[in-house]
Amino acid sequence: MELILSILVGVLFAAALYTMLRRSIVRLAIGLTLLSHAANLLIFTVSGVSRAGAPIIPDGRETPLIGSSDPVPQALILTAIVISFGVLAFLLVLIKRVYQSVGTDDSDELTSTER
Amino acid sequence: MTAELTAPIILPFLAAALAMLAWRWVAVQRWIGVTGAAAQLASGIVLLAATREEGVVATQIGSWPAPFGITLVADLLSATMVVITGLLGLAVVAFSFGGLDNRRESFGYYPLLLILLTGIAGAFLTGDLFNLFVWFEVMLIASFVLLTLGGERAQLEGALKYVTVNLVSSALFLSSVGIIYGVTGTLNMADLSERLRDLDEPVLETTVAMLLLVVFGIKAAVFPLFFWLPASYHAPPVVVSAIFAGLLTKVGVYALIRTFTLLFVDDVGFTHGILLVVAGLTMVVGAVGAVTQQDVRRMFSFLVISAVGYMVMGLGLFTAVALGAALFYLFQDAIAKTTLFLVSGLVRWAGGSYRLEDLGGLYRTSPLLAVLFLVPALSLAGIPPMAGFVAKIGLVDAGLAGGQYLVVALSLLASVITLSAVSIAWAEAFWKAAPEGASIRLEDHRARSRGERVSTFVPVMALVAIVVALGLAAQPVLELALDAGAQLMAPEAYLDAVLGTDR
Repeated sequence: MELILSILVGVLFAAALYTMLRRSIVRLAIGLTLLSHAANLLIFTVSGVSRAGAPIIPDGRETPLIGSSDPVPQALILTAIVISFGVLAFLLVLIKRVYQSVGTDDSDELTSTER
Repeated sequence: MTAELTAPIILPFLAAALAMLAWRWVAVQRWIGVTGAAAQLASGIVLLAATREEGVVATQIGSWPAPFGITLVADLLSATMVVITGLLGLAVVAFSFGGLDNRRESFGYYPLLLILLTGIAGAFLTGDLFNLFVWFEVMLIASFVLLTLGGERAQLEGALKYVTVNLVSSALFLSSVGIIYGVTGTLNMADLSERLRDLDEPVLETTVAMLLLVVFGIKAAVFPLFFWLPASYHAPPVVVSAIFAGLLTKVGVYALIRTFTLLFVDDVGFTHGILLVVAGLTMVVGAVGAVTQQDVRRMFSFLVISAVGYMVMGLGLFTAVALGAALFYLFQDAIAKTTLFLVSGLVRWAGGSYRLEDLGGLYRTSPLLAVLFLVPALSLAGIPPMAGFVAKIGLVDAGLAGGQYLVVALSLLASVITLSAVSIAWAEAFWKAAPEGASIRLEDHRARSRGERVSTFVPVMALVAIVVALGLAAQPVLELALDAGAQLMAPEAYLDAVLGTDR
């Protein structure tokens, strides 16, 4: 399972970079979305994929059962998903405003800051 | 210690919430803004006094013991950076009263600025790598909106570049955090420091170190990763550029210093060797870029990049004295850069333009402004008796002691180029005869009300006075910086404060 997920992470990173290098700024947004998915999946994969149960401490014990899954990476991913959702929503509005103000979605035309 | 450590984060955050409630009353927002920034400055000073007295201080949020919960921790470096954040925040808020158009002021400028200050203080105080990522995002989202506030074409284009580069950097940061957690099972920086010391996986460790170097290098705008900065920093109103230039790249530098003194110190020859190469190139490329610019804000943007090189040079040399000198450079540069950007706003009102070819003769109409421009500019170039001179002599000394002659030569070369850049700019804007049409623009300057002039000149004069004081009475701050450098080189105190002495 780790092997398949690792390959998937690699493919996602590659696809994200390829998409971001296209000239259309809409593709830029798609690329950045893929990039954040790739990073989240990477956290999931490197911290170990398991079918173990939820890390809930049973009554009368101080520690979780041996072999329950690690909740930290899932908490990290959840936080990261929420953050990237907010940021990508902002990015989409920004792209729309750039398109309205420049009149094209070609990133090569965005040169008014270079002078 | 909990109150001292959380106050610089909570107070501006509360002020931001209050300012949002006062959405329709801009005058109320202004005073909430001033109060929030002043509260952050005051709490920063209290924190600095505490770290001066007790060494490194730490608190566990929600009383979850480290390394399981989130730790806030302040050493001399963090505490001083919080003080500088509050100081620059206060100056910029005060400048905004008269220096920002009312339309932008009434669309959430003050709450956003306070959130930005919250995020910056959080990044300086956190002791947890993932929490650092979260504070970066808080800071970034506020900076995204501040950058686009007003919606001019240049702002939108600059913001698209800025947002893209920062999102790539965030994704890489997240990936490296994931790998670090997968390898060591912890994200608390003090705990990581110990586990990485015992970890026998040099390849993985170096990979993560290089990933984080790229991540923080993008934020700090070091040599091959700086192109987003001159494309975006000059686009927003000058108050926004000023706070970005003074603080945002410094957060990147701070993160580099923290990770490369606390976490990745096993293979100093390799990692810090790369830092030295990066530092040399950053200094020179930034300075050369600055000489070629016509727009003063773009010129100062390149000088921001060049200055980052000096700080990274101190980190790359990796001795207590070199780090101390780099930190002194960091402290004075944060203040000088914000001052220069604010001054460029004053130049714009006095001369009607940011471009050197359209400016001229300002010395005749505004001699005070000429002095306010010259003092921080000379401090950047490192002319005695300015603070920049003290910092650079310290770095050069440490470089020679470490036998790194090439990077020392590059730093001197970059200083000369910086000096020529700022003197050309000063001569063009203030000394040469005013070009045709400039006198018409002077009329708009006189139209500015007395209140607007007071609110813009007073903060700049206060900042310039601080820059002068840092040079003439450098000793106490220099001692602080050297102590902070020594503290970074001996992380045991940091580990003891976070993890307890009975490890």
